[in-house]
Amino acid sequence: MSVAATLLGLIEPQPSHGYQLKREYDELFGQERPLPFGQMYTALGRLHRDGLVVVEGPAPGGGPDRKYYEITESGVTHLEEWLRQPERPEPHLQPVLWAKVVIALVSNRPAEEYLDAQRAAHLKRMAELTAMRRKGPLRQSLLADYGLFHLEADLRWIDTAVARLAQLAKDVAR
Amino acid sequence: MSAPLLAATGLTKSFGPTAALRGASVAVDAGEVLAVMGPSGSGKSTLLHCLAGILPPDEGEIWFSGQRVNDLTEPRRSRLRRERFGFVFQFGQLVPELPVVDNIMLPALLSGGRISAARSSALALLDRLDLTGLGGRRPGELSGGEAQRVALARALITRPAVIFADEPTGSLDSVAGELVMDLLVDRAREQGASVVLVTHDARVAAFADRHVTVRDGRVSALAAA
Repeated sequence: MSVAATLLGLIEPQPSHGYQLKREYDELFGQERPLPFGQMYTALGRLHRDGLVVVEGPAPGGGPDRKYYEITESGVTHLEEWLRQPERPEPHLQPVLWAKVVIALVSNRPAEEYLDAQRAAHLKRMAELTAMRRKGPLRQSLLADYGLFHLEADLRWIDTAVARLAQLAKDVAR
Repeated sequence: MSAPLLAATGLTKSFGPTAALRGASVAVDAGEVLAVMGPSGSGKSTLLHCLAGILPPDEGEIWFSGQRVNDLTEPRRSRLRRERFGFVFQFGQLVPELPVVDNIMLPALLSGGRISAARSSALALLDRLDLTGLGGRRPGELSGGEAQRVALARALITRPAVIFADEPTGSLDSVAGELVMDLLVDRAREQGASVVLVTHDARVAAFADRHVTVRDGRVSALAAA
């Protein structure tokens, strides 16, 4: 996720200061990984440098945290372009998993055991996400659903790979 | 450590020349939701049928609540299924001629319950499963998700110790399936029932406390969830 563009989207409706932005960001996107202040101020600095926000303030009696960030016209254009531009579809299977399977096969190690361990790890994570989906508000449920669908796709690949390991072993034999 | 509520060791079961189970062992604790996973034809449904006393295994032992199920006569196994076990299958298998409320009451009546008490429990279950007001409909007038929730109510009415669910969401879209799973797990936990959940669907299995997989008629444990 582009942190800078997301912050721009939070700033657009009304000028915000850093602390308020972080609170909103974490509430909407950072349940599991809150946004570090350092990363946020780096992103805000970049937005300022590129003329996408202006900095107002500091407010009377305030420190650096009391600076208000306001979106510019270029900022609005940039935000609209970011929203319209589709993301590049990425295969989500970790390349390292494929590498492990192939290396296990060429070195005559038990690839199926490694894949079973991976399946267990995937199911454990899916159970955590399912618990999160069941307890949380809709926005949290839909976020968990996104993760669940991708993990499910990985699991299907793992099952297919297990079913074809013997064939794959011949394929990759050196 | 207390003994499991339900346990099977070394089960074998063949259908003619085809071996479905080849030494399967599994245990289920009281109140536990266990997912039994595996590809089509791996033997997972046969395992469920053996655990539930529907199919006698060729070899091996099944124990439920300190009782060796293999030793029971068919009438006593039948009584065990009626009174201590509940069942939810992929297609609700409701009686099409009976209204929903009568379908739900059926296991309670077959177990010797009074009509008034069974009706009152069935109506309460309709409310608990988001089916309020549907008691007078026939199964053919329900959506797939509603029919599965009726099947779930029917499984719960006797307050079973174990609910066996074989691909309970297999015929539903994902939203209806998730509602069935939410209700199945929540209601089972309320009643303190164990659940043996057979599924090939990882999203359904993710509702379970623990997962095992059946491959070539044998069970292997996956890490605890």
